[in-house]
Amino acid sequence: MMHKLNGRLRLLTASAALAMVMATTAPAFAETPKDTLVEAFAIDDVITMDPGEAFELTAAEITGNTYSMLVRLDINDTTKVVGDLAESWTVSDDGLTYTFKLKPDLKFASGNPVTAEDVAWSFERAVKLDKSPAFILTQFGLTGDNVTEKAKAADAQTFVFTVDQPYAPSFVLNCLTATVGAVLDKKLVLENVKPVTPTDEYKYDNDFGNEWLKTGYAGSGPFKLREWRANEVIVLERNDNFYGEQAKLARVIYRHMKESSGQRLALEAGDIDVARNLEPGDYDAVSKNADLATTNAPKGTVYYISLNQKNANLAKPEVREAFKYLVDYDAIGSTLIKGIGEVHQSFLPKGVLGALDENPYKLDVAKAKELLAKAGLADGFTVTMDVRNGQPVTGIAESFQQTLGQAGVKLEIIPGDGKQTLTKYRARNHDMYIGQWGMDYFDPNSNAETFTSNPDNSDEGKNKTLAWRNAWDVPELTKKTKDALLERDSAKRAETYKELQKTVLGESPFVIIFQQTEVAGYRGNVKGLKLGPSFDTNFVAGITKE
Amino acid sequence: MSMSATGTVDGRKRARPGKIVAAVLRFLVVVVTTYLGLLAVTFFIGRVIPIDPVLAVLGDRAPTHVVERTREAMGLNLPLYQQFFIYVRQALTGDFGVSVLTTNPVMTDIRRVFPATMELATLGTLIGALFGVPLGVLAAVKRGSIADQIVRVIGLVGYSVPIFWLALLSLLVFYARLKWVAYPGRIDIVFEYTFTPITGFYLFDALWQRQWDVLWDVFRHIILPASLLGYFSLAYISRMTRSFMLNELQQEYIVAARAKGLSETRIIWGHALRNAAVPLVTVIALSYAGLLEGSVLTETVFAWPGLGLYITNSLQNADMNAVLGGTIIIGSVFIGINLLSDLLYRTLDPRTRQR
Repeated sequence: MMHKLNGRLRLLTASAALAMVMATTAPAFAETPKDTLVEAFAIDDVITMDPGEAFELTAAEITGNTYSMLVRLDINDTTKVVGDLAESWTVSDDGLTYTFKLKPDLKFASGNPVTAEDVAWSFERAVKLDKSPAFILTQFGLTGDNVTEKAKAADAQTFVFTVDQPYAPSFVLNCLTATVGAVLDKKLVLENVKPVTPTDEYKYDNDFGNEWLKTGYAGSGPFKLREWRANEVIVLERNDNFYGEQAKLARVIYRHMKESSGQRLALEAGDIDVARNLEPGDYDAVSKNADLATTNAPKGTVYYISLNQKNANLAKPEVREAFKYLVDYDAIGSTLIKGIGEVHQSFLPKGVLGALDENPYKLDVAKAKELLAKAGLADGFTVTMDVRNGQPVTGIAESFQQTLGQAGVKLEIIPGDGKQTLTKYRARNHDMYIGQWGMDYFDPNSNAETFTSNPDNSDEGKNKTLAWRNAWDVPELTKKTKDALLERDSAKRAETYKELQKTVLGESPFVIIFQQTEVAGYRGNVKGLKLGPSFDTNFVAGITKE
Repeated sequence: MSMSATGTVDGRKRARPGKIVAAVLRFLVVVVTTYLGLLAVTFFIGRVIPIDPVLAVLGDRAPTHVVERTREAMGLNLPLYQQFFIYVRQALTGDFGVSVLTTNPVMTDIRRVFPATMELATLGTLIGALFGVPLGVLAAVKRGSIADQIVRVIGLVGYSVPIFWLALLSLLVFYARLKWVAYPGRIDIVFEYTFTPITGFYLFDALWQRQWDVLWDVFRHIILPASLLGYFSLAYISRMTRSFMLNELQQEYIVAARAKGLSETRIIWGHALRNAAVPLVTVIALSYAGLLEGSVLTETVFAWPGLGLYITNSLQNADMNAVLGGTIIIGSVFIGINLLSDLLYRTLDPRTRQR
């Protein structure tokens, strides 16, 4: 009687087997189209593509490839800038007026000409919208009321920018390389504005095209943005109206893929050309594969552990110093961050003007114990640290827990989701925190301001710099940081930042551990892939496929 | 079947329109309370999670005045009861607002992600039921045999192995080594711009538009995640089928059927399974509903742009509009599937109709 049942099962098995055999007839090796570059990239940080609003790393890369600015970082020497839309510029003797001459015959992707009026309007728009990155421009004294005077077109080819103090020209120019300085196609954006009702906070009767530009595009870069679908895909297409050398590829597709091992599999199989989020293990495997290649570049992000000065034990100078001796830098460097970072103990990342390349601290338990005894804590104490889920921070926290234990300090790790730990950190409710800081713009002031400036240490303090978040009250350093902005001699300015870094190394509640290295794995037929020094300089225009 | 069906329909026609109204009312009350409960719970969760929603909108690097302005614009400075009121009013008008993560209206997002999940869940459940039910029957009929043991082990593995591990392993084997299936995602980039989905169910759309190469590509993308989900529901369905069948096979009507000299095949498939089918429908419906919520881990590993990923992402970012919208959708799915399985009950089991 069971024969029939078995017969049915046999049929099922047979059809399953058939399905599998059929599946094998598919092409054995997948390949992406020759004129298209496919990158696997975790793009879930993107919340907007409007250059006046976007402040996320992935969006920076897209803006960097699709828009032009007045000036750009010099990729070969990142302490300098070169012209992008601007052919030349002069600074007045009083250091207040910057005059930019545009290159001739520039065009937007739409075909509209690029004029100084577009530049002025882009500044006006960013300042009036006053979104997250606007402070990069408003810190020069621009407000919604004066911006049309301070940033204006003298004629079609000449843009004049007036700042409120005689800042270091390097500071002003570095800030103008930021993506918020992207020049927008005024005519095109104006066709897409949405009326809004003015309020006390927002005094203008339209949104300057903000809603449209969240997913829209109005630039003049080597590529144009064709589409962004959140957590799915970003598609760039070559801009045939680009003023400079034409991009080699017709299309670049960023596919959202979060998982490192998934990216590696897809890269090995040839379904993608570039994998952008490889973890150390997968990166290592890719670098050993003969069909694949890897590249990397140090980025402007440093990882640090900070000690909240509201905690009486952590506020003792000896404890701050002792903790710097209790990190096993060598072990972390050779395992946890291998390939994705390198040990770096000062707050300015390598490549930035004035960066200090000194790593004086080593794991030294005896020395740390001595310092703790001097602080009256010979028997150690217990302290907590908020750690967001994920690597490498969790691994580093565990390593630190173990080395602290050797000196008698008991560390309790409080794991949490990223936004959750950050909320607690921003409210100053932590003991210790492990986090990273990426530069807002490619100038030493970006990091100096957050690590060494704290104008108001009260709980109501408006400036929630990292120094504030850790209640590190440093009026002299705050002043010194501010003064460095007005030092017009670049060499002297660099010297001031070196001094600031030395102070932070010695006395601060920041244990800076490493500088992030961005990595990419790619297929052997991809040529010309180079990661830049910042996220908005990961250019794709020079890439070709064989 | 047909005889009794006609009889009941007549019986029902004659009877009680009042009862039907009462049933409909009861159903509405259940739906409304369920929705209200859902709203309260999501609102509560959204407010107790220690995440500042403004962070989600602006990221960590926004200056203080922008943060304050946004907080006010989002209504987060209002008292809690007012916020709840606004929240319920929004939901009632079907306006879930705009997702801060994607900048799209939440409904637009859901219309995009839900078909992806539904397609996957439907195929998964089909696979699970198609293989799970016969396996369960086999195990019950051959109770204690090697076959029974094997089915049990299959079920146990399906239950206890973490899905992301199995997902990665299967990718490694079927995609990286054997190259039988396509890489994570729903469709190859080659087709991304030549194929315009209509309903969002890619298999159906490709079939409808007779784009055979697209159909094949979509199939190669969906088959692995669907099989995995299918395997997990198979594990559950086969265990339940086995126990329902064992229960039926001990009933007296089986002895009677055997005494009548019916073939074993008819007894098992025609009589026992038909009776076991009634509770089985609930089991399958529930496992389907479970898959429709979106399997977060599977969707992550296979880069599947579905509902599970969407809601999890939103919740982690305190994107409450999106969470609200997603929750309502899931609530509706559960209510709908419960209703559907109730209706199926009535067709499958004459007794429920005659009461």
